[in-house]
Amino acid sequence: MAVTTGVLGPRPTGLWARRLSAVVIFAGAVAVLLPLAWMLSTSLKPESEVFRAPIEWVPSTVRPENYREAVSLVPFWRYALNSLIVAIPVVVGAVVSSTAVAYAFARMRAPGLRWLFLLVVAAIMLPGEVTLVPSFLLFKELGWVGSYLPLTVPAWLGGGAFNIFLLRQYFLTIPREQEELARVEGHSFLSILLRVIIPQSWPAISVVAALEFVHVWNDFLGPLLYITDQSKYTLPLGLNFYKDIYNTQWAHLMAASLLALLPCIIVFFLAQRAFTQGVVLTGRR
Amino acid sequence: MPTTRVRRLTASQREAVVAYWFISPWVIGFVGLTLGPMLASLILSFTDYNLVSTTGTSFVGIENYRKALADDPLVMQSLRVTSYYATLAVALDLVVGLALALLLNTGFRGIGAIRTIYYLPAAVSGVAVSLLWLWIFQPSGGLANGLLELVGLPAIDWVYSTTWVIPAFVLMSLWGVGRSAFIYLAILQRIPTNLYEAAAVDGAGPLRRLFRITIPLVTPAIFLNLVLGIIGNFQTFTQAFVISEGGPANASLFYTLYLYRNAFRYFRVGYASALAWILFALLLALTLLVFRSSRRWVYYEAGAPGDRS
Repeated sequence: MAVTTGVLGPRPTGLWARRLSAVVIFAGAVAVLLPLAWMLSTSLKPESEVFRAPIEWVPSTVRPENYREAVSLVPFWRYALNSLIVAIPVVVGAVVSSTAVAYAFARMRAPGLRWLFLLVVAAIMLPGEVTLVPSFLLFKELGWVGSYLPLTVPAWLGGGAFNIFLLRQYFLTIPREQEELARVEGHSFLSILLRVIIPQSWPAISVVAALEFVHVWNDFLGPLLYITDQSKYTLPLGLNFYKDIYNTQWAHLMAASLLALLPCIIVFFLAQRAFTQGVVLTGRR
Repeated sequence: MPTTRVRRLTASQREAVVAYWFISPWVIGFVGLTLGPMLASLILSFTDYNLVSTTGTSFVGIENYRKALADDPLVMQSLRVTSYYATLAVALDLVVGLALALLLNTGFRGIGAIRTIYYLPAAVSGVAVSLLWLWIFQPSGGLANGLLELVGLPAIDWVYSTTWVIPAFVLMSLWGVGRSAFIYLAILQRIPTNLYEAAAVDGAGPLRRLFRITIPLVTPAIFLNLVLGIIGNFQTFTQAFVISEGGPANASLFYTLYLYRNAFRYFRVGYASALAWILFALLLALTLLVFRSSRRWVYYEAGAPGDRS
């Protein structure tokens, strides 16, 4: 997306007005970065200096050992691995599943399909609380509580109403000529999806993958309900557990939290263009 | 037999079969994990089903609903807390997000780096971020009071105060305002310049242009943010669970947190199901209200902006 430097809109014509808005924008950016800078600063301080007032942004003694200690106070790498074990099938499942479903909604004709798509849109707005308890009972009946199945299997069943919606909207913008040609040549829908549609849709697909990764990596309620065994804790559960034990060790807690956020920050920078566009496209919260 | 039947299908029938085949995972998921559970929860809400009870389950009619709405002060408390938070969070997100978008639209340079920074909070959430804010809001040593001290203001107890706990959560939610701002910005940048030129020729000042052109044209995005914001904020859970655990004195007892406690701490499945349906009905009513009102304030590009008076 080409970035236009706002020649549109009711822009203040005066130079001072533009300067003033630049100052406000920069101040806002600093305010946004402040919590993360504070997190980094705290994570490098000795615990004894954490509470010092007034604020010290640069620790007088930098203590990188906090990180080494933080990952051994709790089995941090075990939790990180567990998070990955959940995240990979969820991201793959959501991408595969929502691509197939979205393609059908975008390109195929069948009785009732439009009506079903309205259900997809309605499902986006459905508050998760309504299905929380009975879903738990269902997974309990299936004997899945305590395993990762309640967290991973649903991703393969449609991949989320929101992702279907996003991909369908994207597929609709792809010109049909190439596809129609392939149809005439006798290619199946599946082969058209794989050879024509998907190669043109990587921006939208990476949005889905990035959003889904960030979502599953940070998910707390799901693991809280379904993971009972401490050795199976994902990072969010592990961090919460960490907080309950080492409540006042802020330097170590911030070191562990920052490490836990790192994969999301990396994914964010890797998929940044796709990510920001995806959020703009869709307004997902 | 089946092969001959498949062969007799017309092209459009074959297409329909393929279509149903493609969407079948979603159908299974929707029936099994959305529609089915919704119905189950509706039925459960009329029972006294308890996960650990040994006395058996019986239908109790509307007793759960009566109790929730008339006899359980914590339901009202959680509704009060949640709507207070949602109102503040949605309103601030709207006003600050739009203001920020207008500023970014003034011919600002270096928007790439700024965009990255403002978006960063959207990439991080959950327990780690909640722990960060819990630390920021620590009355002694925390960043929030450190900054207040810097400008000579008295310290606040933040998440340990019944007055400040919700504003603290709102402040935390405002951290992610960049996302809304860039949604608005994307729309602002699509507004044709000639609309403003025409308005300028007519002698309309900046404020008039803002309220007569810009704001009407972003109303569809405001509408979308409003609907999704209400629904999203009513589901606040992780922050409340990690940061304040509903306290102090239930001042941050978010609705979902109370529902979670009923279902998974007190094991009152029937009652929790009724709570879920009360929330669902409430959100549905709110959403319909916003949709109905949208006819009067959301502008869709059907005609010229002048058509709308």
